[in-house]
Amino acid sequence: MSEWFQSLGVLRRMGYDDAKEVSERRKVIVLISMFVTLFLATAVAMVMGSYKTSIADVYLTLLAHFTPFYEVSNISNLHNTIIWDIRFPRIILNICVGIALAIAGAVYQGVFRNPLVEPYILGASSGAAFGAALGIVFPAIFPSIQISAFIFGSIAVAVAYMLARVQGETPVVTLILAGVIIGSIFSAFVSILKYIATDTALREIVFWLMGGFYYATWDDIITIGPVVLISFFVLWGLGWKLNILSMGDEEARGLGVNPEKYRFIVISLATLVTAFAVSLVGIIAWVGLMMPHAARMILGPDNRFVIPSAAMMGAIYLIVCDTLARTLTTSEIPVGIITSILGAPYVCYLLRQKGRVIFG
Amino acid sequence: MLKVRNIHFNYGSTPVLRDISFDVDEGTLCGLFGPNGSGKTTLFKCCLKFLKAHKGSVRMNSTDVSGLRIEDMAKLVSYVPQEHKPPFPYLVREIVLMGRTPHLGGFFGVSRKDKKIALDALEMVGISELADRSYNQLSGGQRQLVLMARAIAQETPLIFLDEPTSALDFSNQIKIWKVMQTIVEDGVTILACSHDPNHVAWFCDKVVVMNENGIAAEGQPSDVISEKTLGKIYADICSVRTVDGVRMVMPKWVIEKNYGYIGNSVPEAGTVAGDGGNL
Repeated sequence: MSEWFQSLGVLRRMGYDDAKEVSERRKVIVLISMFVTLFLATAVAMVMGSYKTSIADVYLTLLAHFTPFYEVSNISNLHNTIIWDIRFPRIILNICVGIALAIAGAVYQGVFRNPLVEPYILGASSGAAFGAALGIVFPAIFPSIQISAFIFGSIAVAVAYMLARVQGETPVVTLILAGVIIGSIFSAFVSILKYIATDTALREIVFWLMGGFYYATWDDIITIGPVVLISFFVLWGLGWKLNILSMGDEEARGLGVNPEKYRFIVISLATLVTAFAVSLVGIIAWVGLMMPHAARMILGPDNRFVIPSAAMMGAIYLIVCDTLARTLTTSEIPVGIITSILGAPYVCYLLRQKGRVIFG
Repeated sequence: MLKVRNIHFNYGSTPVLRDISFDVDEGTLCGLFGPNGSGKTTLFKCCLKFLKAHKGSVRMNSTDVSGLRIEDMAKLVSYVPQEHKPPFPYLVREIVLMGRTPHLGGFFGVSRKDKKIALDALEMVGISELADRSYNQLSGGQRQLVLMARAIAQETPLIFLDEPTSALDFSNQIKIWKVMQTIVEDGVTILACSHDPNHVAWFCDKVVVMNENGIAAEGQPSDVISEKTLGKIYADICSVRTVDGVRMVMPKWVIEKNYGYIGNSVPEAGTVAGDGGNL
């Protein structure tokens, strides 16, 4: 095993290997096993559903679409529709959103130096909710719910950031306060829209707020996939800088990391992926708060490991929750409900058992 | 090594620093000494560019720091803050490795050499055995030592320490000062602020004394830590004695309480000689 790691020059260049250091090699093994688990979870989720498919069907369908060795025409139309047009994009969207929320959570917790922060802290969710509600209530003016959710989610965070910026600096406490203020303003706006909405529109708003993957399509993947992928790698690469930022502004300066510059970069990227995720699937709670914690419990607080492991666990967690959401009952349960019901006890457990380790 | 010239700084309209100038030579352990509120920390922050001085210049290694980028500045000077708990339980080795940040490059950049330098730094301050402990679970003294190891790992010619001993017990205070003396022997220049007159008198090569009006005195500890200077900044409450050739600063009333008078040798003669009057 160890020779194999030595042979991976990439890992060495990333600073992951050290002959004497068992702990880092163990961390890499954990990361790899998480990746394998993610793969298995995807496979299981592909099979599960109200229409039973076998793993062989899934394999053949994907083979047909990804490789030239097998023709799509050999697969029954039904299988092709269920596996390729419905289930697969939905699971890929699970993965993308899981990664997006988990890395955004890890980044926000790092820059705000607070392990209880979640990706919605700067108002991205309230802004997006307002945008979506606008789209639902006034479809003539805002034809796309997703686009208007994205625009207002980004506006909310940008306004919070500008509000907090005083004399070229954005102190963390001011930023969080600004986020809370902007968030509550947009929540009030959502309430106004709910109040004036028709019954059908109101129902739709409520459903949107609970989050769900019902309408996942390949178009969604094309929208969110590249953004999440690029942001993930950039943020992963900034993992070490994020460690430094979490020590506080003055120490970051002392250690040669410009806190304003890097805070702006990482918050922008984290907000971007959050806004994309929220605009596509609504507000899904707990993933962004919980996954970075779980990652820190398993691999320690070094963000070079927290970011990839949180991303993979976020993806796995959303696959599990969404599969439950679509299989537990005959009709679908909004996934936000499941993430919360599964997530809250876990955080209670963390607080009681590991509180001292994690919260310092 | 360090040249501070005519620094002015106000918080709002309250002037904190007025026309501060001093020099520190290479390989010197310089103490910045003064009472609370005299602007030591503010001066520190102005030198490190955490705060922007309104007037004046700071040169390190004959480079004017005002034009330096944060990244380049960190190769010139390292900063040891007062010990505190970060929000995440980093390991000691990770904290020390953070000192290598200005020298890192590439995607992740942490190389084997950097890890080695970090471990060597831990060894230098004598806490190698703490490498795999969680930084948050250490005692205050141990955390301060870890932060010093981090500054050593940063390999800068100049180190600033902000009251490195203020929260520590007696033995840890002495340990920290000893480590600083070891670092200085390697040619590094240290500026440490402290509010203990004995510490700066015993351990420093040079002392800069500050009070509200600016620099009250500057020079060798034996010249500077005198009843005259201390009387200026502490309103005449200190008495300076020499015990076995070592200078001691004591509160006057303790001596009055024990011996009833000031300025004379005490009965156990030979060991204690009063020199308060001469200084």
